[in-house]
Amino acid sequence: MAECGRVDCRTSSHTMDKSITLPPDEIFRNLENAKRFAIDIGGSLTKLAYYSTVQHKVAKVRSFDHTTKAPSDKLYEISVQEEVTARLHFIKFENAYIETCLDFIRDHLVNTETKVIKATGGGAHKFKELIERKLGLKVDREDEMTCLIKGCNFVLRNIPHEAFVYAKHADPEFRFQTTHPDIFPYLLVNIGSGVSIVKVESEDKFERIGGSSIGGGTFWGLGALLTKTKRFDELLQLASKGQHTNVDMLVKDIYGGSYRSLGLTGDLIASSFGKSATADKEFSKEDMAKSLLHMISNDIGQLACLYAKLHNLSRVYFGGFFIRGHPVTMHTITYSINFFTKGEVQALFLRHEGYLGAIGAFLKGAEEDNPNQYSWGENYAGSSGLMSVSPEMNPMQRARSGTFDMLEMDRLDRQLVNLPLLQDPSSYIPDTMDLTEDALAREYWLYCFEDALDGVVKRAVASQPDMPEAAERAEKFRQKYRHKLQTLRHQPFAYGSLTVRSLLDTREHCLNEFNFPDPYSKIKQNENDIALRYYGKAVKSLEELSWEERQFALVRVELKAERPWLIDSYDQWLERLKGPPHKCALFFVDNSGVDIILGVMPFVRELLSRGTEVVLASNSGPALNDVTNGELQILTERIAAMDPVVQLLRTEIQNVDVMCLVVVILVQRKYEYNCLPLPSPSRLDKVLATVVRERQTDLVIIEGMGRAIHTNYYAMLSCESLKMAVIKNSWLADRLGGKLFSVVFKYEVPAGETSQFSAALTPS
Amino acid sequence: MAFNGHGNDDDTTDNDETPTKQPRSSKEMSGYFRVEPNKEAAAPAGRATSDRQMPSSTARRRSDSVRKTRPPFPWFGMDIGGTLVKLVYFEPRDITAEEEQEEVENLKSIRHYLTSNTAYGTTGIRDVHLELHDLTLCGRTGNLHFIRFPTHDLPIFLQMARNKHFSSLHTTLCATGGGAYKFESDFRKMADLQLHKLDELDCLIRGMLYIDSVVSSGPSECYYFENPTDPDHCIQRPYTLENPYPLLLVNIGSGVSILAVYSENNYKRVTGTSLGGGTFLGLCCLLTGCSTFEEALEMASQGESTRVDKLVRDIYGGDYESFGNMMSKEKRESVSKEDLARATLVTITNNIGSITRMCALNENIEKVVFVGNFLRVNTLSMKLLAYAMDYWSKGQLKALFLRHEGYFGAVGALLDLLHTS
Repeated sequence: MAECGRVDCRTSSHTMDKSITLPPDEIFRNLENAKRFAIDIGGSLTKLAYYSTVQHKVAKVRSFDHTTKAPSDKLYEISVQEEVTARLHFIKFENAYIETCLDFIRDHLVNTETKVIKATGGGAHKFKELIERKLGLKVDREDEMTCLIKGCNFVLRNIPHEAFVYAKHADPEFRFQTTHPDIFPYLLVNIGSGVSIVKVESEDKFERIGGSSIGGGTFWGLGALLTKTKRFDELLQLASKGQHTNVDMLVKDIYGGSYRSLGLTGDLIASSFGKSATADKEFSKEDMAKSLLHMISNDIGQLACLYAKLHNLSRVYFGGFFIRGHPVTMHTITYSINFFTKGEVQALFLRHEGYLGAIGAFLKGAEEDNPNQYSWGENYAGSSGLMSVSPEMNPMQRARSGTFDMLEMDRLDRQLVNLPLLQDPSSYIPDTMDLTEDALAREYWLYCFEDALDGVVKRAVASQPDMPEAAERAEKFRQKYRHKLQTLRHQPFAYGSLTVRSLLDTREHCLNEFNFPDPYSKIKQNENDIALRYYGKAVKSLEELSWEERQFALVRVELKAERPWLIDSYDQWLERLKGPPHKCALFFVDNSGVDIILGVMPFVRELLSRGTEVVLASNSGPALNDVTNGELQILTERIAAMDPVVQLLRTEIQNVDVMCLVVVILVQRKYEYNCLPLPSPSRLDKVLATVVRERQTDLVIIEGMGRAIHTNYYAMLSCESLKMAVIKNSWLADRLGGKLFSVVFKYEVPAGETSQFSAALTPS
Repeated sequence: MAFNGHGNDDDTTDNDETPTKQPRSSKEMSGYFRVEPNKEAAAPAGRATSDRQMPSSTARRRSDSVRKTRPPFPWFGMDIGGTLVKLVYFEPRDITAEEEQEEVENLKSIRHYLTSNTAYGTTGIRDVHLELHDLTLCGRTGNLHFIRFPTHDLPIFLQMARNKHFSSLHTTLCATGGGAYKFESDFRKMADLQLHKLDELDCLIRGMLYIDSVVSSGPSECYYFENPTDPDHCIQRPYTLENPYPLLLVNIGSGVSILAVYSENNYKRVTGTSLGGGTFLGLCCLLTGCSTFEEALEMASQGESTRVDKLVRDIYGGDYESFGNMMSKEKRESVSKEDLARATLVTITNNIGSITRMCALNENIEKVVFVGNFLRVNTLSMKLLAYAMDYWSKGQLKALFLRHEGYFGAVGALLDLLHTS
């Protein structure tokens, strides 16, 4: 049940005086390529969904053919190509705008073969005729509950920090949950006018196991009768100012104190509205509204707990218009759940709860495209994010609720899964620091990103010297990203937990939005070319060293500092190297240029000569000066061509059905940055996961600050792991108890590993 | 815990059935309470003679052990709830002439006052129809009276106790309910009475089991509704509460407690809800301006909840949204007070029904006994509960009701007096 009818909504002066405050073309984006519409019309809000394709510029690298053409001093050429990707758009607006919006859509819809619009929600019927007339599409109704569940499954699977617990007195009030790789089973308590309690067991299997007539409609209806206040929001406002103890009969009103033998404290409500039955006096609107709110929230919480217990479910999500972003109701529901389950069950809320019906209706209509076979990621550049729910915290909130809210999701080409080598995928948190909770860290990093913005803009312009409008686009990028940073300063929870990774992601999304696919491409190209010239020399000088000297030199090239390091388990690593070779090492690489060519590759070469196979993993899309998939492939081919050690191995592996020599398997998530190594348990390319399993990977190497420190610093793997990084940020060094350019060399063996070498590996 | 139970001592078998004395149904007693002049005005002060019972001729024939453990009269059990005070009083009917001579004046006056009136002050009521006759307790035979008055009139009661020099009788006043704790010092200060406080749930269960075991004649204590899902053929039927365990005991007073009872001494409180009788009355008072439970019920019986609730299928069984229609202004204006009272009653009752059903499932119990004063003269709620239990469990759950629905706590308190003295 979605929002129930706000009957006086369309005539209320409150909604009529609003106008569309954003230019519609910034809201209904990519309409010209739109197909497949769905709409969810609730009592006060409409949610529109459509699918579009987006044309991006992407930077591609292509190897020069050194045999036929005149020798070039460049290893590869860079070209910018157009690529088309799929995007889902979801827009939420007040019902009052529905006509304006439909007009806008009709005027901008080009060339669509769409004949049908999927519709759900209580208002779908009411607006059916209007939609059909305006858009010329046939309205095809879908069952609300089915849509709701489909939408819920979709966001839980695709948006990493979708669910959160609400803690009124915490700062911030939201605590995001790492989504368990297996989202089923769960209980969804939808509090619309009434309450529906649904048990969801799999993608297609769900059952309404219960419900209650005491829900949002009871609060609204009874509240209106008691207080003469008609608007739902105003009732909540009243409630937030009231004292329920003036109206409710508490345990202490009956007992004089607590009821000790039962452990019931004096402040518990014994009888809701009990005082109004016995005391002959006037009660304030605020107090009555508060009492009513408690009564209803407690009742729903209690029923939810009873159902959760009966069906043995520990994940309970709450949604519906009673909850939708209202801190007061999230608080009272949370309180109730904590009381009735003594903390065994947590009340979970969803960031995109308001979109579930629309997403579900859309998916129903798109079944032939099978969106569920892909992975989707939230596009931070085009999504509004979670708004602060407390008006005190964010004065913009009220104005904002009268306008438009957007969610955009981009299709990732392949399915992402978790790295099979994680010790415990369900507890894996990629990010070392949660900036949502760490105010000092947040302040620092937001400052850093803002400070670096000028440089990024400059580089972006420089990366497209042939395009005269690049400067203008770069300026737009600057504005957009700066605005995002400002929003995040006020509402760090907008896109789930704020992390250095998410700040970088957001920047990449914004750059991409303005067609700057790879601002660093030229710099990387130069550095790669220069470094490559020294490869042979570097390898030669390493070979001249004794075995033990060489092992250290290989690491030293990477880390550039004298021992002892900040985190230093080099001795254990060296001991391990004296033992038998690893079967296969999975190496997550970082920067291009010197780093990859003179640091990583000689290290890899050494592993190869020991008889260890190596799988290199890099980003598919560009992020800062990280080496990308395409670049890495060319680089490794080139090195293999001039280095017999690498060459030899290439021949060996060629029979195996994998991509190339030192297997370069790339994570396919576009625009994804540092997180790629082990971004989140469900965010790794499926192919890579398969290779890891097939080749019996027994060593994972993670290199660079982004991958080994910002993320994965605490990641526990089920095989040996080596994390290497130089801390190139004094603030971070300070945090970790070291100085600028401190070195982390963290070699770990999983607990309980009974290799013959483990004795030597225990820290002394 | 064993009680002397009802009289099967061969010497106390003058079970004279007194059908002519059977009180009229409480249904006619709804409406406003009658105002009775206070008779207790000037009770004889001081001179409290020894309250020790002189062995009567009847008592002399009984065993000494019973006599020794028997507390002095008067025998009261009290349950002070959030809304109502429930008082049970044992009136000995086997007083010998000799004993009567010895009986102190104020004890006699209390007995006379309580038994000769059916209303006390402006708000006290004796539920005559519930009176149990020829009960044998601790070797004495007599009648058990059931009296109630609002908790907010407790000061009047205390004043009366003071005026009647209740404290001079040196009786132990066994009391349960939250008020036994809350008002303990008031009893001491205002009436010089020391309360013996008892746990309300212990008393509830003990009282319920006792009353069910002693009622053998007249209307059955326990009953159920036959054909609960068919409004035309829904009939009240007697039920024998043999082998009652395990049972779910749902006590609906101001609030609601739900207990799983496995034996007389083995029970647990499963949960409770604050949406109870107090909520029904409180909301009705606010919504309709009524002031008593009887008034609220009367209105509810005339109302139509479907005009208030947002009805999707059917008031029974289907989805509906309590007060959902009241989100609409026009509908708010067209609704009557009776409809509002009805909707409130139905909402509260169905909610209790649904929580109860979930508890029964979680605890794996099939027998549910509903008690508490919310059910007094409230056939509508009882039928709704019977319906809900039957419908949602597909006949697995049985809703049972008890005639003395609100008095078990007070009875339990009285039993404690007789047992522990």
